[in-house]
Amino acid sequence: MSIRLEDVSYVYSSGTAYEMHALNSVTLEIKDGQFIGLIGHTGSGKSTLIQHLNGLVRASSGTIYYNDQNIYAEGFSMKELRSHVGLVFQYPEHQLFETTVKKDVEFGPRNLGLSEEEIAKRTEDALTMVGMPEELYEASPFELSGGQKRRAAIAGVLAMEPEVLILDEPTAGLDPKGRDEILDQVARIHKERGITVILVSHSMEDVAKYVDRLIVMNHGCPVYDGTPKEVFAHYKELEGIGLAAPQVTYLMHDIKARGLEVPTDVTTVAEAKDALLGWLKKRGLCENACGREQSLTEMEQEAGHDT
Amino acid sequence: MIGGQDKLRKRQLREETAPEETAPEKTAPGSTSSGSTSSGKRSSVRTVYRNEESEPMKMIDIKKLIYEYTRRDDEGNIESVNRAVDGVDLDIEKGDFVAILGHNGSGKSTIAKHINAILMPTEGAVWVDGIDTREEERVWDVRQAAGMVFQNPDNQIIATVVEEDVGFGPENMGVPTEEIWKRVEQSLRAVGMIEYRYHSPNKLSGGQKQRVAIAGLMAMKPQCIVLDEPTAMLDPNGRREVIKTVRELNQKEGITVLLITHYMDEVTSADKVIVMDEGKVVMQGTPREVFSRVDELKARRLDVPQATELAWELKKEGINLPDGILTVEDFGKAFEEYVNTNGGLK
Repeated sequence: MSIRLEDVSYVYSSGTAYEMHALNSVTLEIKDGQFIGLIGHTGSGKSTLIQHLNGLVRASSGTIYYNDQNIYAEGFSMKELRSHVGLVFQYPEHQLFETTVKKDVEFGPRNLGLSEEEIAKRTEDALTMVGMPEELYEASPFELSGGQKRRAAIAGVLAMEPEVLILDEPTAGLDPKGRDEILDQVARIHKERGITVILVSHSMEDVAKYVDRLIVMNHGCPVYDGTPKEVFAHYKELEGIGLAAPQVTYLMHDIKARGLEVPTDVTTVAEAKDALLGWLKKRGLCENACGREQSLTEMEQEAGHDT
Repeated sequence: MIGGQDKLRKRQLREETAPEETAPEKTAPGSTSSGSTSSGKRSSVRTVYRNEESEPMKMIDIKKLIYEYTRRDDEGNIESVNRAVDGVDLDIEKGDFVAILGHNGSGKSTIAKHINAILMPTEGAVWVDGIDTREEERVWDVRQAAGMVFQNPDNQIIATVVEEDVGFGPENMGVPTEEIWKRVEQSLRAVGMIEYRYHSPNKLSGGQKQRVAIAGLMAMKPQCIVLDEPTAMLDPNGRREVIKTVRELNQKEGITVLLITHYMDEVTSADKVIVMDEGKVVMQGTPREVFSRVDELKARRLDVPQATELAWELKKEGINLPDGILTVEDFGKAFEEYVNTNGGLK
């Protein structure tokens, strides 16, 4: 089970003076159950790429396989593909249109022609998954706060029970807490349902924290593909293509530049904390804190596993 | 020069309204009394005014501001009232770089819209460069003094060529053509977009579009720019470009900046940070002062820069780092010092 792109190119305004290669011979495999981050500056081809994955945009050349089936082959059902590969657009709340939250979420499954019972079950499931408070099920989607509108919109896609969930900047415009809530929710859905998640993001801090695999797009093709640690090791090159590493990565490099040989393959605050505490401890530099620190870190790690 | 005129006009206005204060209006709430800019709601407002003789002119002066979004049904009956801003006092000096933080729905954008006279106070008052935003006939003076940049770059550009877009504002103000072109060139240079003057705006990146929008404001020679989450839709490069541009305008041109954002790392170099919650100002101070209170910020759905968070985490483990670490460099220095004071490397 996977999505496989073979030599996929997409050309805008072909044959005119504005001809532009939005995708340039992309070959890529997205395996089942991965949590993937997709980053790249505006215009690097991220959005074009994800729109290919559920057949919204047809490649100018190349082939895409969904579970080894060529999606451009005759007789392949695009409608079915779209029910398996759910795409949550940027600012998805602009696409809410029904009179109540529940009706909005029901719209997708109803279009699939499911039974009323199944529709109700999926709707309930999806709204629970995104953490929508029950008292808001009958509210107008337009009365909700920004974060809740976005949950409603994501629930609408989840109600289709997709195998692959693609989110195009799901946290743009949300406050830090709202951002964490949505991403924690997505991570939980990924873990509990085992679905593949592709997260398009402009936040290096967010992708570092959540994803197992990070794909960097530039000029219409992937230029880096690896774990966040591997990719952010190229922070200088990333800056050259309009990106960056998380602030903690720079922080570790800064300390190293001061002659203190701390590890620099760090991409999250939690990793940085462990790395620095470990480093200090090894050199007997953590005052009276060392004994206490040990048990505290362990406790916190356990607490971290629960959430 | 303009300031002098303002004072004169305001004094006149106050004299006009003064007699009414002694005879309180008995207008029903919500209805407007004909031929006057005042309504029943505003009658209570008149007790709030600036003491302009003793206070120096502020760029922005907000006194006891209350704003309520009122929902009405089809018949015009009030269904619900949502108080978005609840008694805010705030003043911003000329030349300051002030950042406002707050979660979604905390009231920060509502305040920004008052500074641009898009919204009028339910109670209290807002002065922009000494002009009361409730003076309807001066709304364009207010908007010229304080220009506004919004979140979505695509909603703010109207012309088909960059330089025409930038010239749109001054042209509307009746600036002579020659002067317009001079301003267009200056503004595009100030935001680093001069080489794009003949380009089509729709081929630009998000950060470039925002800079064109800022140039459009600059061409109107504002004293202050208000930016409402200008980088929310941009990639890291775009964010850097816009923030760098805004900082330069503040430092080189002396433009007062009010920046509303969710990105903590954008506010570390502000003169002052204001935190809003539930329509009120709940914290204010220098970035160092505000970001020293990590627990409180987190409780208000906010964040701190990663360097600050890491220092805070290490302190909880007994590593004695100083308060107020904001940047990578701050952290590096503090960590180095910690190592040295604890015996250094053996």
